[in-house]
Amino acid sequence: MKIVALVKHVPDATAERTFDDADHTTDRTGVDGLLSELDEYAIESALTVADGGDAEVVALTMGPSGAADAIKKALQMGADSGVHISDDALHGSDAPATARVLAAALRRIGDVDLVLTGMASTDGGMSVVPAMLAEHLDLAHVGFVGEFSVDDGTVRCRRDGDTASESVEAALPAIVSVTDQINEPRYPSFKGIMAAKKKPVETLSLADLDIDPSTVGLAAATSVVDEVTKRPERTQGEIVTDEGDGGTRLVEYLAAQKFV
Amino acid sequence: MTAAQPTAGVSPLDLLGVDHLLGEDERDIQDTVRRFVDDRVRPHLADWYESGLDGGAARELAREAGALGLMGMHLDGYGCAGTNAVSYGLACMELEAGDSGVRSLVSVQGSLAMYAIRTFGSEEQKQRWLPGMAEGSLIGCFGLTEPDFGSNPAGMRTRARRDGDDWVLDGTKMWITNGSIADVAVVWARIEDPADGDGQGAVRGFLVPAGTPGFTAGEVTRKLSLRASVTSELVLDGVRLPADAVLPEVASLRGPLSCLNEARFGITFGALGAARDCLHTAVDYARSREVFDRPLASFQLTQAKLADMTLELQKGFLLAMHLGRLKDAGDVEPRQVSLGKLNNVREALDIARECRTILGASGITLEYPALRHANNLESVLTYEGTSEVHQLVVGQALTGESAFT
Repeated sequence: MKIVALVKHVPDATAERTFDDADHTTDRTGVDGLLSELDEYAIESALTVADGGDAEVVALTMGPSGAADAIKKALQMGADSGVHISDDALHGSDAPATARVLAAALRRIGDVDLVLTGMASTDGGMSVVPAMLAEHLDLAHVGFVGEFSVDDGTVRCRRDGDTASESVEAALPAIVSVTDQINEPRYPSFKGIMAAKKKPVETLSLADLDIDPSTVGLAAATSVVDEVTKRPERTQGEIVTDEGDGGTRLVEYLAAQKFV
Repeated sequence: MTAAQPTAGVSPLDLLGVDHLLGEDERDIQDTVRRFVDDRVRPHLADWYESGLDGGAARELAREAGALGLMGMHLDGYGCAGTNAVSYGLACMELEAGDSGVRSLVSVQGSLAMYAIRTFGSEEQKQRWLPGMAEGSLIGCFGLTEPDFGSNPAGMRTRARRDGDDWVLDGTKMWITNGSIADVAVVWARIEDPADGDGQGAVRGFLVPAGTPGFTAGEVTRKLSLRASVTSELVLDGVRLPADAVLPEVASLRGPLSCLNEARFGITFGALGAARDCLHTAVDYARSREVFDRPLASFQLTQAKLADMTLELQKGFLLAMHLGRLKDAGDVEPRQVSLGKLNNVREALDIARECRTILGASGITLEYPALRHANNLESVLTYEGTSEVHQLVVGQALTGESAFT
């Protein structure tokens, strides 16, 4: 079977992240990029399925040249090959355009049995691309999956909600988005690190996918960021000096903030 | 006078941009070990140091290290990762940035026990032991040092004699890392009877599986150093081994000494990891700690300390990298590795102690790593060849005079 894990190269969430002054897109210069941490769970899920049987794992990303690092990390962890969609015209693409491009790439990869994604990207955090992909490809999508198994052309999932967990089945091919509770992603082994360079990575342009560049990118985005305001500096906390009523005042504070 | 507005601090090794000396695989391996240490080692260190590393935790750690490829990583085949020597050095540095004891677990497994079997073992011995040791499911130890013979291994009292086809070993080995958790001990012993082969006085290596009758390993407790590491005494009391327990490919002290040279190479990098961790901590602490209403970092004496320590750390790293490149080119000499071990451990210990002074009283707690590292480095200073022995190695190289005895 063929499994595609969708991976995204994002600015390091532990560094100071900013928007570009000119077009308000994510500023990718001056901050280290890395594989979105939430996508590591998708890769681990794909590799776990592959470990248990005969499966090929492809890592697919869309992004500028630096995004090749996300593919490399997936290959180091154990994915078999990578596909990188890179085209200057993609700069500033919104979620609908991203989903359209990824759908075209998945069609081109062909014979895909299972698409695995994280629950969100750690930069945009919109969590909508997998569902949009499912619409484009006319596949079932199961989100917030905390556990799944693949057997006999069916994926059986436990979908974790706030108040209940549901058991959901879908016929393959299907798209499954996994949570950060599903597994513990492996570290790349040294053998994996050294082997990754020898694994095939295909780089695709929009022309390769037969997509008109004017339909993607910032100009074609369905939403526009008008302005960006920096989050205010965190203010100093309130200090409660206990004069016999400390407990009461703490509860009053928590109640005022609607914590209790 | 107002202190200048602090700018973002530069990490001590970033100041020199030493990353440029590394290849992509080397950087990725280093990053992976750093992340492993941050996630899987660092959170437990205070507990391991306070209570001692128990056998269960050590085995779990060995398995996790094995999954990464750390065990015998610079050896080829038999499940080993087969990285270059520089990558092995960088891994040691990251492990020791966690704790010297954790680096010792990996050093002893890979550079001493596995290296001995890989280099001097028979095909059957390699097949039997190395794959499990590479994955960390089997642990090895290395018995050369004895209670009365450390710097002078030639004086060892452990004896091997033949009885029919079997070998019988008697003796005691001391300060053996991993000893009481090991599945197999590489034990070096002297042949007493010339009729037993190789001539009188030959030193042979034996593979002694745990549980062999007459073989016991007792843990050394009440240590003030390397507490996150298992240290043991091995007792061999008429231990009977089959003929194929002997390592066939070496019959002299050259065997164990070449293993030690491997481990020393790793220590040359490793000790710098401990120093770097101390220095990072001291810089962070000095920037946030206020004394006399100013950050400690704004005092000239503090900056002088930090600058001098950074200089030594970087010089040490360049030395280690040079040795690593020589080793990968296949022509590093033991006396060159002596230079590296002598300098880098000595400087690392000085850095750890100096950082402790910047941390003040906080520096003596397990909340901060400085005194833990300093105490560990006291062991690193004398194991795998004491500083004094390495001075004599260098002295002999310079003068042609042997001053060991």
